[in-house]
Amino acid sequence: MRKNQVAVVGAAETTELGVIPNASQLQLHADAALNAIADAGLKLSDIDGFATAVETPQQVCHYLGIKPTWVDGTSVGGCSFMLHVRHAAAAIEAGLCKTVLITHAESGKSMIGKLPRSTPADSLNGQFEAPYGVYGPPSMFPIPVLRFMKTYGITHEQLASVAVVQREWAAKNPRAMMKDPITVTDVLNSRMIAYPFRLLQCCLVTDGGGALILTSADRARDFPRKPVYIMGTGESVETPMVSQMETFNSSRAFKTAGPLAFKEAGIAHKDVDHLMIYDAFAHLPLFGLGDLGFMPYEETGRFIADGNTRPGAKLPLNTNGGGLSYMHSGMYGMYALQESVRQMRGIAPAQVPNAKISVCHGVGGMFAASGTIVFTNER
Amino acid sequence: MAEPQRARPKPTPETQHFWDGTKAGELRLQRCDACAHVYFPPRPFCPSCASRKVSIFKASGKGFLYSYVINHRPAAPGFTPPYAIAVVELDEGPRMMSNIIDCPQTPEALELDMKLEVAFQELDDKITLPVFRPAKG
Repeated sequence: MRKNQVAVVGAAETTELGVIPNASQLQLHADAALNAIADAGLKLSDIDGFATAVETPQQVCHYLGIKPTWVDGTSVGGCSFMLHVRHAAAAIEAGLCKTVLITHAESGKSMIGKLPRSTPADSLNGQFEAPYGVYGPPSMFPIPVLRFMKTYGITHEQLASVAVVQREWAAKNPRAMMKDPITVTDVLNSRMIAYPFRLLQCCLVTDGGGALILTSADRARDFPRKPVYIMGTGESVETPMVSQMETFNSSRAFKTAGPLAFKEAGIAHKDVDHLMIYDAFAHLPLFGLGDLGFMPYEETGRFIADGNTRPGAKLPLNTNGGGLSYMHSGMYGMYALQESVRQMRGIAPAQVPNAKISVCHGVGGMFAASGTIVFTNER
Repeated sequence: MAEPQRARPKPTPETQHFWDGTKAGELRLQRCDACAHVYFPPRPFCPSCASRKVSIFKASGKGFLYSYVINHRPAAPGFTPPYAIAVVELDEGPRMMSNIIDCPQTPEALELDMKLEVAFQELDDKITLPVFRPAKG
């Protein structure tokens, strides 16, 4: 795909984030969509392309009253929205549609109108993982981390520091769920969830949503907001079974999606001003830094523990506070994208001065899928 | 009310041989007749070279502890926390999720790379689960 041909011209989250007991999941989709439409200065009737995950496109389109000529229901977990951005950019370039709305919403905490997640007993996961006591992401996502730590000499303290640094970012963000400062000791003394991970190394569980509107870069100039261009994109999937990853020393999906996006954007790591790495759990930024090629895996833990990703440091990472401290409705990818767009517009609560290139890297399932988007505010 | 049960696998035509094997006290894997690739979970073709000529064989049941978590909460139905959810690398190459029995469920006892051997846990008259324990000697 050619770079900078498509731009984000509308971006918004739900009016409220956190605990939203007065709205169903479907209504949260609509709330985010209406906020993004207003942000872009558009009408619903201007939308001719639509993408969402978990909820079906027909469900959300009907509820909103959208009549699309292009839809994408790719649903590969929390990074689905990165894949939607990639697919939408390709569709707009191919002339299949002009203006794409991408929505996410999840009543992750209040569980109102939330579709049940189930693992059929005759699926591969149902036969070869469920019988061993896996029960939700905390029992599955961290399974690779002890091997990763042993291979690369990563310490428990370094993994705790991920949560500490992200709390520093969250403290600057009025919409973050958790803003009180924490220390490595606090993290290591928090309640055990699934060894080696404790409560403060696991994502929040909240309600919320977000929506993006994309159109061609040529049209983007006429919109009220500063356009944020899609500079590079990548995607991949590996396996729905965490036990069947090729290795626990890296993620094949990360290693495919990330470099594709860098190559398409034509950028080097030193060009990256701002970085989002989907942090459902504290090990993901370490996998991301290694798999995207920022540094050897051995250095990832020390890099974060030494403060290189904190406010004011050289590689600002997860500047909204991340899934660990900002919010996490279950499929966090949309919120990472929203923060990248805010940073590129120059309106983030913890704005990185003069940031011109933002890399937004997502994970789906338990390392099952990945999507990477490189944004820029310069064409 | 009955006690909540641990999740019961339900075999499919492609996996029936595996579950027949565990019931007979065998851990069965598949090997590609064309490229010799050994793989898991079961399927009637080779995921490496796509050949449909594959054979079922009895694995050694030996392997080592590749990684794990010790789950505290929330606990799955039928499990009393803390319990380890492990991934075992078999000597033949494939990895599988399992539980480690006859071993304290602690970071001190569960050492990465420790040698393991298969054991079989009968859940009911249809399903016997392969689990692993520290290898003797």
